[in-house]
Parts: sequence; C-alpha cells; structure tokens
Amino acid sequence: MSAKIIKINGPVVIADNAENLKMNEMVKVGKNKLVGEVIGLDRGKATIQVYEETSGLKIYEEVEGTGRLLSVILGPGMIGNIYDGIQRPLSELERVGGAFIPRGVEASPLPKDTKWKVKLLKEIGDEVREGEVYAEVQERGIVHKLMVPIGVSGKIAKKSDKEEFTIDDVLYVLEDGTKLGMYQIWPVRIPRPSKKKLPPKIPLITGQRVLDTFFPISKGGTAAIPGGFGTGKTILQHQLAKWADADIIVYIGCGERGNEMTEVLTEFPDLMDPKTGKPLMDRTILIANTSNMPVSAREASIYTGITIAEYFRDMGYSVAIMADSTSRWAEALRELSGRLEEIPAEEGYPAYLSSRIAAFYERAGRVQTLSGEEGSVTVIGAVSPPGGDFSEPVTTHTKRYVKCFWALDKSLAYARHYPAINWNTSYSGYVEDLKIWYSETVDKNWYEYRRRAMELLAEDGKLQEIIKIMGEDVLPDMQKLVVGIARIIKVGLLQQNAYSEVDSFCPLDKQFKMLKIVVDFYDRARKFVEMNAALSEVLKGSVVSKLMRMKEDYKTAKDLEELEKEIEKHFEELEKVYKE
Amino acid sequence: MAVVEYTGVSSLRGPLLVVEGVKGASYDELVEIESSGKTRVGKVIMLEEGRAVVQVFEGTADLDLPGTKVRFLGKPLEMGLSPDMLGRVFDGLGRPRDGLGDMIAKEKRDINGSPINPVSRVYPRNFIQTGISAIDGMMTLIRGQKLPIFSGDGLPHNELAVQISRQATIKEGEFLVVFAAIGLRNTDAEYILNSFEETGAMKNIVAFLNLASDPVVERIATPRAALTTAEYFAFDLGYHVLVIMSDMTNYCEALREISNYRGEIPSRKGYPGYMYSDLATIYERAGIIKGREGSVTQLPILTMPNNDITHPIPDLTGYITEGQIVLSRDLHMRGIYPPINVLSSLSRLMKDGIGKGYTREDHPHLSGQLFASYSRVQDVRALASIIGEEELTDIDKAYLKFGEDFERRFLSQGRDENRNIEETLDLAWDILRDLPEEEITRVSKEEIEKYMKKR
Ligand SMILES: Nc1ncnc2c1ncn2[C@@H]1O[C@H](COP(=O)(O)OP(=O)(O)OP(=O)(O)O)[C@@H](O)[C@H]1O
Ligand SMILES: [Mg+2]
Repeated sequence: MSAKIIKINGPVVIADNAENLKMNEMVKVGKNKLVGEVIGLDRGKATIQVYEETSGLKIYEEVEGTGRLLSVILGPGMIGNIYDGIQRPLSELERVGGAFIPRGVEASPLPKDTKWKVKLLKEIGDEVREGEVYAEVQERGIVHKLMVPIGVSGKIAKKSDKEEFTIDDVLYVLEDGTKLGMYQIWPVRIPRPSKKKLPPKIPLITGQRVLDTFFPISKGGTAAIPGGFGTGKTILQHQLAKWADADIIVYIGCGERGNEMTEVLTEFPDLMDPKTGKPLMDRTILIANTSNMPVSAREASIYTGITIAEYFRDMGYSVAIMADSTSRWAEALRELSGRLEEIPAEEGYPAYLSSRIAAFYERAGRVQTLSGEEGSVTVIGAVSPPGGDFSEPVTTHTKRYVKCFWALDKSLAYARHYPAINWNTSYSGYVEDLKIWYSETVDKNWYEYRRRAMELLAEDGKLQEIIKIMGEDVLPDMQKLVVGIARIIKVGLLQQNAYSEVDSFCPLDKQFKMLKIVVDFYDRARKFVEMNAALSEVLKGSVVSKLMRMKEDYKTAKDLEELEKEIEKHFEELEKVYKE
Repeated sequence: MAVVEYTGVSSLRGPLLVVEGVKGASYDELVEIESSGKTRVGKVIMLEEGRAVVQVFEGTADLDLPGTKVRFLGKPLEMGLSPDMLGRVFDGLGRPRDGLGDMIAKEKRDINGSPINPVSRVYPRNFIQTGISAIDGMMTLIRGQKLPIFSGDGLPHNELAVQISRQATIKEGEFLVVFAAIGLRNTDAEYILNSFEETGAMKNIVAFLNLASDPVVERIATPRAALTTAEYFAFDLGYHVLVIMSDMTNYCEALREISNYRGEIPSRKGYPGYMYSDLATIYERAGIIKGREGSVTQLPILTMPNNDITHPIPDLTGYITEGQIVLSRDLHMRGIYPPINVLSSLSRLMKDGIGKGYTREDHPHLSGQLFASYSRVQDVRALASIIGEEELTDIDKAYLKFGEDFERRFLSQGRDENRNIEETLDLAWDILRDLPEEEITRVSKEEIEKYMKKR
C-alpha cells in the first residue's frame, strides 16, 4: 500500500502508511507529483517538506517514493545554466509553463539532446578507482572531467567506440557490469569526499581594493558579508562573481529579488573574464530561488549550490560560491521548524541553526582531490541581519565559522561610500597565511605597506572622535596631516565604484602602486610638516585631488608612474621653498 | 467539481473556524460560510483527516457553532477580471463597492498569482519622470520597479503619492493607476480618490478599498486583488500600471493578528517568521515580462511605527523592494515639501536607467556628488551645533550654505510643481556652486566645464 497524505500545513505534509519511505528520500506528492523530501519518520508516518506550492493538495492523495535521496545530477550542461533550488532549469520551466512558474514539472537538469564531443582517456583492461578521471568534455570555458563515482572501482571491460555522446549514453562498462556514463548523481546534504585538506596559501583575487589589499580571502576560504538592506551585499557579490579569479562561479540567489537574477543573466554574457578573455557566463552557474518562490526549495538551494561547487572542485578547479542571502536560508529553516512544531531557541530559530551554518561553511576548503589534483571551494555568504543589528543569531553564529568578516555599514552606505565595508569592524583571518604569496607575487613590502595604511586609518578613527566635538582646527598639523592622508585612503583607495568602467576591477599591481604612492606621500609630507611647512602647501589641493582620482585617471600601474613623477616634482618644489 | 456543504462547525476563534468530518477538501481552497442569510468567504489554511481549519476574511463575529454552514467550492480564491474595471471601485476582496452593479468577468484568476520566472523577466531600465527633483535626480523611479515610501503618521505621503501618479509621465503606451487602500482611514482614501477625480484621471484608475472600519482579515486579500488586476492590465492588455498600496503597515498588522490566532511561534515584535516571504509574494509582483507590452510598477506606502526604520515592517520591506523613499519628520516640521530624507533613500534600479541615452550624461556623477556633499553637511551641522557656526572653517561654512540651498531650492517644490529632468539637473549644478571646486570630486573636469561653468 502506498503512503497517503493525512495532514497539510503549508509546505509541510504528513503521510501515513509510509513504512517504505526512507529518511531524506525524494518523493512525489499528490496527483500533481509535487517534489518533496522526507524530513522525519515516526511510527509509519512520514513528515515531508514539499518544494512546490501546496495549494490544491488533498487529504488521502498519494505520496510516491523515488528510492533516492534529494540529489543533484552532475555532468556536462550545467555551465551557463540557471536552476531553481532543486536543480530544475528555469528555461525548461519557462518552456513548459510560460512566464509564471508552473508546478509539478519534471525537468532534466542536463540537456537531453546536446551531443558532446568526448575524449575517452581509458582503455579496456585499465583499472579505475573512485574519483579518477576517465573522460574529458570541452564545455564552454572549461574542460569538464568525468570522474568515476564514489564507491565504484574495477577493471574496464567495454569501451564505446563513439566520439560523440548524449547525456544518457554509456562510455565504459566495468567487469562487474557497472556503467560509466556522462553524469553522476550525488545527494546534496552529504559533502563530497576529497583526499585531504590543504592550508590556505593562495588568495582569491577579486579586483576590489578593500578586499585584496585590506581584507583578503584565500582560495578555499570563507567569508561573510553582513549588512542591513541597501548597504551593498548583492553588488559586492556580483562584483566577486564577475571579477574573482576562480575557474567556476556558482551564484545562489537564495530568497532574494527576481530582477537581480535577471540582471546577472542579461549582463554576464556580455562581460569578459579579465583572466581568460571569455564571456563570464562561460564559467558561471546560477541558482535562483527568489523570495517569492517556495520557501522549502530555498532551504535546499544552498545545498544544491555547494554540491555543484564540490563537483567542479573535484576536477581540480578553483570554485567560488556566493550565497545571497544565507539569512533567507536560515529563515526558511525557521519557518519549516515552526511548521514542524519544534521548540525554538533564539528568536524562533531552531536549536540546530548553528550546526547547520557550521556544516555549510565547513564544505569550503582547498583540497587534494581523489585524483590527486588541487581544487578549492571558496564560500562567500551574505547575511541580512534584521534592523542591521549584528547581534542577532544568524550573524553571530556565522561569525564563529567564517574567517573573513566584511561588515557593511549603513552610515557609509548613506554617505555613498561604496563598497560600504567598515574598516574598523571588518577583518580577515588570512592575512598572515597569505603574506608569503603577496610578498613573492606582488611586492616584498606589501605586508608592511598594508600595515601602515591600516595604522593610519586606526589613528584617524581616534582623531575623528575629537573632530566631532571640537572641529578639525584644534588639531596640531601633524594630526591634521594624518586626517588628510586617511581621507585620501578612504576616498582614493577604499571607495571603488562598481559601475565605473575603469575602476570596477583593479589589478593587483595597480592596487599596490596606489597604496605605495599614498603611504610614501605621507612619509615625505611628514618631514615637511616637521619643518613647520604650511599644511595647505604640503597637502596642496591640486595634488590631493589627483591622489583621490588616481583610480579613475590612471588605468594601469604603469600609468601611475606619471603621477609619481608629479608628486616628486611637488616635493622638489617644496624643498626649494623650505630649504631657504 | 461538486460543491460540498457542511452544517455546523466545531470551533470558532478569532477569524478561524474548524469544520469536522470534511472529505475531499483541498489546501488553500475557497470556502463560503453562510449564517443567518449572510455569506462570507474564507480559505482553507490547514487540513487534517476529516478536519479543516478555515480563515474567514470578514471575521467570525455573529457566527454560532451549530447553525453555520460551510461550503467548499473546489477552487482557490479567484477574482473576475475585465477591461470594464477601469474607473470602478471594489472592496478588499475585489467585489464592486461603488453601487454600479456587477461586472461581467472576462477572465478569472487566483489572486495569489504565481512567481514570475526570473528567466522570463526583462531587466527594468526605463526612467519614469515624476517631476519631483529629489526623486528624479537622486532616487530615480524606473518602470517595473518596486519603490516604497517609508513614512510616518501625519506626514504627507498620500500627497506625494498622488503628485507622483499625476505627474508620472512615460513616453509611450497607456498608463493606469491601481490603488489599494489597506485599512486606510476614510478621509485618506477619499482624499486620494478625489484628487484623481479632480484631474479627470478617474477613468484611468481601478480602486480597491478596505477601509479602517472594514474586516481586518480582508486586508490579506486586498493587495493581492489589486496586483492580480494590475497584472491583467499590464501583461494581458499592455498597460503601464502604477500600483499604489497604502498602508502596508496595516497589512502586516493583519498578518500578525492571524498568525497569533493560529498559535504560531512569533519572531521579532510578534510578527510571524514568514513575514518576509509573505511580503515578497506581494512586492515581487512588480516587473516587466519578455514579449509582453505593459509593466507593473509598485509604490507601496507604509508608516513606520515610532518612525523606526529598523522596525520589522520597514526593515523586511526594504530587504525586498528595490530601494525606498524615506520621509523625514524633521524636514516636514521645517516646512519642506516633499520632506524626503535623501541620504537614507535609495533607488537600486537607477544606475541602469540614467545617464547618456536615458536621462543626461552628467546624471550619474552629479547625483553621486549631491549625496556625498549633502552627507558632509550633516557632519558640519553636528559640529556647528557644538562649537558654533562662527568657529567653522570656510569650507565648512560653504557646506552649511550648500545644505540650506539643497533643502530650500532643490528638495522643496510646490505640490503642483512639475520639473523636468533638465531643470532638476541644472538646479543641482546651480546649488553646487556654493562649494569650492576642490570639494567637487565625484564629477569629471569636463562635466564641470560643460554644466557648471556654462552660465
Ligand atoms: N561598489 C558599489 N559601487 C556603486 N554603488 C554601489 C556599490 N555597492 C552598493 N552600491 C549601491 O547600493 C545599492 C544597494 O546595494 P545592494 O543591492 O547590493 O544592497 P544589499 O545589501 O544587497 O541590500 P538587500 O539586503 O536589500 O538585498 C546599489 O543599488 C547601488 O546603488
Ligand atoms: Mg541584496
């Protein structure tokens, strides 16, 4: 006898006669075959979370098991695609249902009739082990490697003699009859295994000065972007998706706006990856479960995204995953927990909130893959604290599990200082790990220059307290100089307009050059202030405004040498005056 | 689908009733409740074996347990739609309320709508000129956007909404206002309707009225009925629809009340944990769809309890909408209309809808400059209040003058004053002359030459 619905409460459904269902099994609910997952089993009754709108569902309609856990299908055809939270391609849903999302539609995540040119790497008689690459497919920007599924190994008995394959074709058969095809299936809630974790040593270059220069993140690292509404979380995530030097980007719009996903879809195909020169869409996978789409699929979307990311990591790629916003995912947990009548902990959130957040960020890392290559998953999650108050549960728990905290500040956003990352409350736990890389790749003094700039900002922070009460005029010239230089750092270095043609992405060498110019300028200016030179001469308006605008006026590090010469001239002139 | 009727209910609590022995009902189904000759409507909000919980839109006052009849209609809450709705006034559930008789429906739709597929959306880019400098210059409204007004009791949000909808011009296509009054005082609703009548715009408006004295639960349906109508006119008939919903705070209060009766675990300030998702099913119904002519632009209005922008209602709204226009009591007290606090206001879609080919090439930098300079004004004012104006540096004094001009000349305008975008931008350059040139860092040298020095 099959399972039958005996209770419906929003997205949560209870079915009786559910002895044959398994925990976390994917099920089809009711006559419309809505997609659901078993999330509890108790004396023959199953609690099911339904990933689609349940209106119209009736008592005693059937629940059908599918025999497999909530999974994703991994193979060629994902890149450039946009999926909902349970990996249904949105373009397929559009084809079936038009502009409004239909229900109960089954859609293959991977295109069925695309013919892929496949390079078969193994011969009959070869032994293959789990995680080993047996074939390669050129998919848009990358080489998509087909890997032996976890738990499978053996000797190849048969090899297909074709060169082109569709997604359901078989490439190899092992001696025990196991088929190796074009795709594999993996349950989303279980992390994919790797050989071992590697330490964070290489930065993820983002082209954003406030990140790369001040609060860098490593490949395989974790970061949170907390901030009230309108402070710039999404723009920053979009910037990272565009410019970060990862091989693959997985972008999850988790309970956010539809237009933001449309924006990515319209913009990315026309933008070029600065590293490869190929369209950005050629390395991007989108998952869109917008705020008005079913809340339980929102809960699943995070797992769908990270599993896809791990799959590409296993091929030896560096993958960066952006989740906007993890707070909406946490709220989905809360809503479902409420429907299950669980006892809440803080602010209605279930007691397992913390462990779920931990488990998600723990799936980040730089690893040695089963096939011996190096891959990484970098996780960057936006957090949307109610009222912009960082003391709420999702922010505080997230803070415990991430190493970068890029705190967005309402008052900076109000003043249109973008990115509104507060330099006092933000931090990166990777600076020490990345020190060697930066000193070898960028400049041996990178660390020292960064430290000096941070120090100036900190000193300025203290001086601003005084200025607020007494005005700037009461400060001695040396402190006024600090305030002036800090202003150049804030406006000239930290601010970076995402919509600027020149400055949206700032290469590392240019970043360092700008930093060096400002700090060196400070050191030379000090000497003159010590000699009692007039501050208005030292911080001459025309020179200061050049420093503030250097990001826009000089395209490359090389171009900035011109500015260095002008500064040189400025100080030479001062020298002439004050020598006498 | 046969209609099944049950006589007698087993419990009544707030707006909820429970019916036992139910067979074949479906989740979210429409229900009719009859008692002493009066019919009310409700919907199924929970189903168990033989038991259904129904939420009654008109409330349960006056119902009794044995005599109440409940009919399950086998369909979701739908409303009839037709081009004849133009100029008509409906109640919060979409039934005619203007005494002009029934309307023949051409089309019936579930008022809950369905989510628009992100793949099917067109990214909004077309500027709507509202004729209000602060909005056009600094938080530009874009066709297909959802841009709420965050207001407070006693502030002129209704006046502003009326002025916007009267002055909003679009270059091509037919324009229509759908107005949803949600728990509004009768005087406010009347003010809005009368303003439209005076300008002769009434034939281009469809109104849904749930007034303060009308059933609270009906407020859950009112914005949905309005948006179903808006979608019909936009995506079926090709109109550019502006939806004004006032006051969303009353909507949220209704949501909290029902949640409370359902015994749900509340999150902040007693509002249900799903309020974000629920509001999203309303606000996300703005937009433009590929291959369809019209558009739905939303201008929801909400009053912030205690003027607190971090209160869950404005907070969750701001997290969903594409920006916000924030009204300030302080500016209002100083006699400035419209009293828009530009620093906390924002239009997220403006970046792609302004500049060359949309408004004017200097617009993006110029608005950035206004924001940066005006935000500096706040610091200077704070300092001046401590050390006195005389003690300020010359630059700071220039900022004070700029701040004054910004508020009195740029921000302020008459309730009928309709400035075009050129006038707005030129005015902005004009007040920037208060500042020394070194302070104007957000615009390019060429722009300064071309627009500031030209006169
Ligand atoms: N780097 C930037 N350059 C220019 N403008 C920016 C930048 N960052 C943010 N902004 C401005 O801030 C606005 C809001 O940013 P964004 O949409 O990213 O906020 P958010 O934090 O994601 O808000 P929500 O939580 O409501 O989604 C943008 O529309 C843009 O105008
Ligand atoms: Mg956002």
